[in-house]
Amino acid sequence: MMTLPWSYLNSAKNLPLDSQEHQGELTIMETRVFGEFIEALPEQREYLVMGFSPSSFPLKQRWRNNGLSADFLADYMTTFFPGDEDDPSAGKKQAEIRSAVSYIANELLENTMKFNDERTPNIISIQLYLNSDKIVFVATNSVRQEAVPGFQEFIQELLTEDPGDLYIRQLEKNAADEGGTSSRLGYLTMINDYHAKLGWKFETLSSDTDGISGDKPLACAVTTMVQLIV
Amino acid sequence: MTKDLKLLPSEDDLKDYSRLRAMEIKTQDYTIQYDEAATTVNCKGSFRLSGMEEYGPIVDLLDSVADAEPPMITLNLRDLEFLNSSGISMLSKFVIKVRQKKNIQMVVQGSKDIPWQGKSLKNLQRLMPSLELQLE
Repeated sequence: MMTLPWSYLNSAKNLPLDSQEHQGELTIMETRVFGEFIEALPEQREYLVMGFSPSSFPLKQRWRNNGLSADFLADYMTTFFPGDEDDPSAGKKQAEIRSAVSYIANELLENTMKFNDERTPNIISIQLYLNSDKIVFVATNSVRQEAVPGFQEFIQELLTEDPGDLYIRQLEKNAADEGGTSSRLGYLTMINDYHAKLGWKFETLSSDTDGISGDKPLACAVTTMVQLIV
Repeated sequence: MTKDLKLLPSEDDLKDYSRLRAMEIKTQDYTIQYDEAATTVNCKGSFRLSGMEEYGPIVDLLDSVADAEPPMITLNLRDLEFLNSSGISMLSKFVIKVRQKKNIQMVVQGSKDIPWQGKSLKNLQRLMPSLELQLE
């Protein structure tokens, strides 16, 4: 576990995108926020951070790791919701939290791996924070510039339409679409079935190091925040 | 040359062949098995595959169950501990396919001890209102 304060972690110049020496200094060119995104979470004493280097293994080999990581995060969280032999509701709550954390963390990790811009060396991370009444998930990865408009359009749909109807419409659409590769159900289940609040921050970054073609490469980091009321 | 020498498989042969196709898939993480006598699909473990392509063999198994059009299909999920969103999409596709057949009754069995089932299985009923959900 890392012991860095939230303010350090919350800066895009630090956690998600620095640690590669050859990357050089990154400057945030533009920031856009959607949904319920807390810019500065209060400083925490209990949190967990996991970082992944996207280029270290092919996606297929890394996939199993998503499940292992999500289950680890879920098991870790149950420490704070102890079961009680005399109180069956405490045991039930623990099981519910374990299951919800495992589902949400797994979906966030699957998304970060699936949509990460593999051309950048930037680290993929997932962070978990515990508040008195909620668990906050923060997942960061890079996305290709050209994928950003479609992603933001989908987010707008999630934020403006009835999640129950949208969910059923998406299921019908997936069933009709034989070649569809993306289910688009991860965020929808979080909202619809787990009553989670979602937010996103897009940061366009430029590096002072010249790219292969000599220009200053642009990268886009997306941070997804999920708040689960406990 | 005997009278009943067949060069091409007949429709009945193909039906038999499809019945012989894998009616069980077993991996380190999950098992899915079709019990033809009970017309029940039993799922066990964790469905956490990376997308619709990876779910292909499971989709094929479910498709052949729906195509056989038994009067009733039971989907037993009581030992299915985990299902990711691609898996939700895959099971929904199956329910929609069964719904489209119009003459198949469908029962989904879930467990109250597995929290995701209480949260997410009700959505299947929204897809097919006649579907009977048994949470135990």
